Amino acid sequence: MVTSKFGERYDRNFNTLSLKEQKRLGASKVAVIGVGGLGGGVCEMLARVGVGHLTLIDGDSFEASNLNRQLLSEEHLIGTPKAQAAKNRVNAINSEVIVKHLVEYVDESNLYERIKDADLVMDCLDAIDTRFMLQKAAQKASIPIVSGAIAGVTGQVTTIFPGDKGYELIYGQKSRKQSKGVETMTGNIAYCALFVAALQSSECLKILLDRGDILRNKLLIAELWTNTFDIMDLV
Amino acid sequence: MYHFNNSRSKNCKLKIMIKIDLKLFVTLSKYLPKDSGCLEIPEETTVEKLMLDFGIPPELVKLIFINGKRQDSKYRLKHNDRVGLFPPVGGG
Repeated sequence: MVTSKFGERYDRNFNTLSLKEQKRLGASKVAVIGVGGLGGGVCEMLARVGVGHLTLIDGDSFEASNLNRQLLSEEHLIGTPKAQAAKNRVNAINSEVIVKHLVEYVDESNLYERIKDADLVMDCLDAIDTRFMLQKAAQKASIPIVSGAIAGVTGQVTTIFPGDKGYELIYGQKSRKQSKGVETMTGNIAYCALFVAALQSSECLKILLDRGDILRNKLLIAELWTNTFDIMDLV
Repeated sequence: MYHFNNSRSKNCKLKIMIKIDLKLFVTLSKYLPKDSGCLEIPEETTVEKLMLDFGIPPELVKLIFINGKRQDSKYRLKHNDRVGLFPPVGGG
């Protein structure tokens, strides 16, 4: 195993990032909930850019239907837990990252415990009701959420801080039980998943480094058939 | 700019028409008339009425954006409004 020197590994991050910022990223802890279409891309990008501590959680194993879009899926990995594959990928990219992986589904009973030590949580889930659970847990843990969601070639990204209304502004009242969105009709296309994962990763960095403009109380909507990119005010 | 719909009735009312730009996202796009997103509608039409007129089931619309800001279905449309209707998107 080759471990490159810190400066050499991150040479091409400079001077978009300063050395001080790079070190700050190295000390940051991010939990990634769901390592499928969005989460796979997020793991890849956060590991490469140098986020130092990643907790990767997903109860699913790869299926053939994941191959169209999920970066970490490979034919020989069908049947392998996604969280395990994600950990292996992160280790292969950047052995300096401390990775914890959990092959389990999240719900109200375990979410808070899983994310409470993180500085930020990446919502890469595929179920709307679980997103509400995550928001509740993140609010309790007093950490921000960077959320991505996709359907077909349309994607959305937002950032939710503790105390924000968050998903209620996007999906309506939680009482209206809804698990899936229109992605059940459209499927999901690879480049849209990775595009949204890239936007989420960018948002994550900006929050960790307290730099740039973030999507708090805003929803970025990208529609790739028409090259429409809008940032909508949610409040 | 405005199209006046002249009625022959005694209580002739001038119906002021306005133009809006309508964008329907993802699965809602099938409800959009074929030619373009620019529509002429009566002034003060609510988003609720607009959805009804186009046969868009309200339960499929989770977000209504007018000129880039979230609004509710009671919003009364104005000339040159940019209207976006967005369904629930939850895939990962």
